[in-house]
Amino acid sequence: MIFTSLSLLQQLVLMLAALVLFTSFALLAQARLVSAIHVFAWQGALVAAVTFVVAMTSHSHHLYFSGALTLLLKALLIPWMLHRLTRRLELDRHVQSLDRPALIMMAAVAMVVFSYWLVLPMIQQEQIFTRNIVAISLSVLLIGLLTMVFRQQAVVQVLGFMSMENGLFLAAVSATSGMPMVVELGVAFDVLVAMVLFGVFFFQIRESIDSLDVDRLNRLTETVEDGN
Amino acid sequence: MDHFLNMAPWGLALLQALLYAALGPLLVGWVRKVKARLQNRRGAPIIQPYRDLWKLFAKEARVAHTASPVFRSAPYIVFVATWLAAATIPLVATNLPTAAIADIIALVGLLALARFFLALVGMDVGTAFGGMGASREMLVSALAEPAMLVAVFSLAMTAHSTNLASVVEYHLNSGLVLRPSFLFALGGLLLVALAETGRIPVDNPATHLELTMIHEAMLLEYSGRHLGLMEWAAQIKLVLYGTLIVNIFFPWGIAQSLTPVALGVGLAAIVTKLLILGAALAVAETVLAKMRLFRVSAFLNLSLLLSLLGLLSHIILEVGA
Amino acid sequence: MNALLIVLLAPLAGAVILALFRPLRWAGWLNVGVSAVSFAAAMMLAWTVATVGEVAGFTFRIDAFNVYLVALNTFVGLTTSIFSRPYMRHVCETGKIGNRGMRIYHSMYQTFMFTMLLSLTTDNLGVLWVAVEGATLATVLLVSLYRTPEAVEAAWKYFILCGVGIALALFGTVLTYFAAQQVISDPETGLLWSALYQRSGELDAVVMRLAFVFLLVGYGTKVGLVPMHQWLPDAHSEGPTPMSAVLSGLLLNVALYALIRLKMLVDGSLAGTATPHLAGQLMMGFGLVTFMTASLFLHRQRDIKRMFSYSSIEHMGLMTFGFGLGGPLATFGALLHMLVHSFTKSAIFVTVGHAAHIAGTQSIDHIRGLIRTQPAVGWSLLIGVVAIAGFPPFGVFTSEFLLLTATMQAQPWFTLPLVTGLVIAFAGLFRHLQPMVYGAAPPGQRPVAANMLPVLTHLGLVLWLGLSIPPFLTSWLDRATELITGTHLL
Repeated sequence: MIFTSLSLLQQLVLMLAALVLFTSFALLAQARLVSAIHVFAWQGALVAAVTFVVAMTSHSHHLYFSGALTLLLKALLIPWMLHRLTRRLELDRHVQSLDRPALIMMAAVAMVVFSYWLVLPMIQQEQIFTRNIVAISLSVLLIGLLTMVFRQQAVVQVLGFMSMENGLFLAAVSATSGMPMVVELGVAFDVLVAMVLFGVFFFQIRESIDSLDVDRLNRLTETVEDGN
Repeated sequence: MDHFLNMAPWGLALLQALLYAALGPLLVGWVRKVKARLQNRRGAPIIQPYRDLWKLFAKEARVAHTASPVFRSAPYIVFVATWLAAATIPLVATNLPTAAIADIIALVGLLALARFFLALVGMDVGTAFGGMGASREMLVSALAEPAMLVAVFSLAMTAHSTNLASVVEYHLNSGLVLRPSFLFALGGLLLVALAETGRIPVDNPATHLELTMIHEAMLLEYSGRHLGLMEWAAQIKLVLYGTLIVNIFFPWGIAQSLTPVALGVGLAAIVTKLLILGAALAVAETVLAKMRLFRVSAFLNLSLLLSLLGLLSHIILEVGA
Repeated sequence: MNALLIVLLAPLAGAVILALFRPLRWAGWLNVGVSAVSFAAAMMLAWTVATVGEVAGFTFRIDAFNVYLVALNTFVGLTTSIFSRPYMRHVCETGKIGNRGMRIYHSMYQTFMFTMLLSLTTDNLGVLWVAVEGATLATVLLVSLYRTPEAVEAAWKYFILCGVGIALALFGTVLTYFAAQQVISDPETGLLWSALYQRSGELDAVVMRLAFVFLLVGYGTKVGLVPMHQWLPDAHSEGPTPMSAVLSGLLLNVALYALIRLKMLVDGSLAGTATPHLAGQLMMGFGLVTFMTASLFLHRQRDIKRMFSYSSIEHMGLMTFGFGLGGPLATFGALLHMLVHSFTKSAIFVTVGHAAHIAGTQSIDHIRGLIRTQPAVGWSLLIGVVAIAGFPPFGVFTSEFLLLTATMQAQPWFTLPLVTGLVIAFAGLFRHLQPMVYGAAPPGQRPVAANMLPVLTHLGLVLWLGLSIPPFLTSWLDRATELITGTHLL
C-alpha cells in the first residue's frame, strides 16, 4: 500500500487515528483533572469521527449508528458525568502530576512500538487501509493500562479505563468495520453501567479513606496481614 | 554568455543568502510591531532593527580585560555559521546549486557550531550571568536537538532523502497529502523553534531580567559591532526556523525553475508566508506567559514526544501495510 | 427452547422484582424460589439435551458441555440461596447492612446468576464477553456491600483488575472476529462460536494465536490465574459469604468455560502450523504456575476466607492445567474436577460463613474449638477440607487421580510438581484447620442458627461422586469430553 494512493478521506481517517493516539498520551501526562476529562472527551469525539469517516469511505451504514453512539456516550455523556462527579467531590481544582514523566512517556512510546510489533504479522497480510490502525488502537489500549497503573487518582484511573474502551472500539472499527450490533449495544451498556458504578465507588472510597488517592487503599496486602 | 549562464544560478544562490541576512531584521521588526499593536501600543517602525544594527556597527567595541581571543572571534564564527546554515535552506527557489549542500544534518551541525561558540563566550569572561546563560542554553539545546532531529527524520523518511531541497520538491510533487507524521512533526518543530530562537514561553527576547534570561545573558559583555553581529545572527536564526517550517510544510509557491516570473512568485510567497508566521508568533507570545525554567524540560519533552509520535505514525500508518 | 427461556428469564425477572421488593421477610424466600425455578428449568433443559443432543437457535446453543455447567450453576445457585436466607438476615440483624443493602444483595444475586447463565448459553462470543463483564459489574457492588474500608478497597481492586483483564479479552474477541471475517462474510454469524468452530481450520493462525494470548490473559484474570489473581482473595474475603461461595463455585468456572471454548477454536486454527498445541501449552504453563503459587500462599494466610480463596485459585490452576493438557482423560478429569470443586468449595464457604458468625471474626487465629461449640459446623468444615485436599473417598480425589494419571501418560515430568503442589496445599490447609476445629473454644462462644442442609447436600454429593459416579453422569461428561477433544474416553 502506498500512502499517496489513498483518497483524502482515507488519509483523514489515519490522521484522526494518529490524533487519538496523541490524546491518550495527553491523558497519561495531564496533571489537571478537569483538563484530563476534556482530553478524554476529545478522544471520544475523535474516535467517533474516525468511525464516521470510515463509514463514509466504506459505505457501511451501521457504522454511522455506532459512531453516533460513541459520540453520545464517550464524548458527551461520560465526560459530563465525570464533570458533575468531580464538582460534587470538590475535585475540580485537583492537580497531580506524574512522578517520573519522561520515563513513563518513554514507556508509553515503548508500548506503541510493542503493539506495532505485535500486530505487524497480522496487518502485513491485508490490503485495507484501516488495518494499520489496529496497531494504534492496541497502543491506546496499552497506554490506557499505563494510565491506570501509574496514576493513583481514582477518577484518572477511570479515565484510563474508559480510554482503553476507546482503544477497543477503534480496534473494532478499524479491523472489522465494527462488531455485530448486539455486541456493540451490549458493550455500550456495560460501559455505561460501569460508569455509574464508578460514580458510586468514588463516594464509597472517599467515605472510607477521605480521599480519592487510591494509593492509600493498602489495607489488603499479604504483608500487612503477616503483621497482625 | 555561456559563462554567465553557468554563473547565474550561483549568483542567485548568493542573492538568496543575502536575502536571508536582509530579511532577518525585517521579520523581527514585524513581530515586534504586531505584538505592540496587539498590546495597544503603537510600537517602533518595522525597520527599527535595521537602525539598531546600523548604530551598533558604528559604535566602538569594548572588550573586557579578562576576555580571551575566543571572545573576539566568536561573533564572526557565530554569524557566519548561522548564515551558512540559513543559506542551505531553500528560500525562494529549490534547484539552486546550494541545494547540493542543503542537508539537514549539515544544518543541524552548523547550528550546533554556532551554539557551541555562543555558550563558550558566555563563560569566557567569567561573569556569573554569562555562565548561567550558557548552562541554560545548553540545557535547552540538549533537549531540543533530539526533538528536532527526530522530527526532521520523519520528514526525511517520507521523502527518502535528508536533502532539504529534495524534501521540499517531493512534497510539491505529491500534492496535498494528509500525513499524520507531518502534523506531529510540525507540532514538534514549532515547539523546538520557539525554544531555539529564544521566544516566549522558553525565553523572553524583550527583557534582561536576571533570573529568567537565557540568550541575552550570554551577550551581556558584548558591545558595538560584536553585539551587532550576535543580534543579527539571532535574527537570521529566527528567519531560518521560520523558513524551515513554512517551506517544508507549506512549500507551495516556491520557485522550481529559475525564470524571473517563478522567482518573483517565490519571493512574494515566502515573504507572505513569513509575515503570516510572524504574526502568529506575535499572537502566541501575547497570549502565552513565560514558563519557569524548570518547566522548560517538560515543554521540550512534549516536542520530543510529538516528534517521536510523528516518526512512529509514519512507520505504522504510512509505511506498514 | 422454552426451558432455556425460563432458565434465563427467571433470574432476570427475579432481579427486577427483588430490586423493587420491599418486605425483607419474603425477599429471601423469593430469592430461593427464583433459584429453584431456574434450577428446575435447567434440569428440563438438561433432559432435552440428553434426549435431543443439542438445543440451538436464536444465537443460543446448548450442548452437553455447557448444559452441564448450566445445571451446576443453577444447583449451586439454589443451595447458596437457601443458605443465604438466614445468613443475610443475621447480617442484617447485626446492623452491618440496612434494608437497602439487602435489596441490592438479592437483586444483584439474581443479576449475577442471569449473567452467568447468559454467558454459558450464548453462542455469540461477543455476548459471552458482555455477560462476563456484566457478572463483574453485578458482583462488584456485592463485594463492597459492608462498606468497610477493606470491602471498598477489595471492590475497587476487583473492579479495576477485572475491568482491565476483560478489556484485553475484548481485544482478543475483536481479533477473533477479524480472523472470522476472512472466512465468514456474514457479519451476523461471524462471532457465533458454532459457525467458527465448523470452519476453525480456515481461521488465520497468526491472528488466532495473537487473539488467544489476549483472551487467555483477559478471561484468565477472571479465572484467577497467577499473576492476575490479586483481586480474588480480596473480593472473597471482604464480600458476604454467600457471594464468596458463588464466586468460587461459579464465576471462575464460567471464565474457564470461555477459555476452553476459545481454545477449541484456536486448536482448530493452529492444527496445521508448527505449534499446534500452543494454546494448550500456554494454559498448562499458566495453570501450573497458578497451582504452585497458590498452594504456597495457602500457608501464610491469616483470614479464613482468604485462605479458601487461595485454595480456589489452586484448584482453578489445576483445572486450567488439565484442560491445557488436552486429551480425553485429562479433559474428563478436569470436567469432573470442576463439578466436585464447585460442590466442595461452596459447601466450605457456607460452613466458613457459619464459623465466622460463631467466632465473630474471620481471623484464623481467633476461630477456635468449632467442634465443641457447634459440632455440625466443626465437622462440616473438617470434612469439607478433607474433601478439598483430595482425600479418598471424596470426589476430588477421583478427579485429581484422573488428572494425575493423564499427566503421567502425556507429560510424566509434570507429575512431580503436581504432586508436590498437592502436598504443600494439603499441609497448608491442615496447619490452619486443626486448631480451628479442635482447639479449646474461647469462653462465651455459643452456637448460631445454621442451616446445614446445603452443606450436607453438597458434601453428600461429593462423597457419592467419590464412591461411584452414576452412569448418566459418566455418559454426560463423556459427551462433553467428546465435544471438547473430539474423542470418547469410554
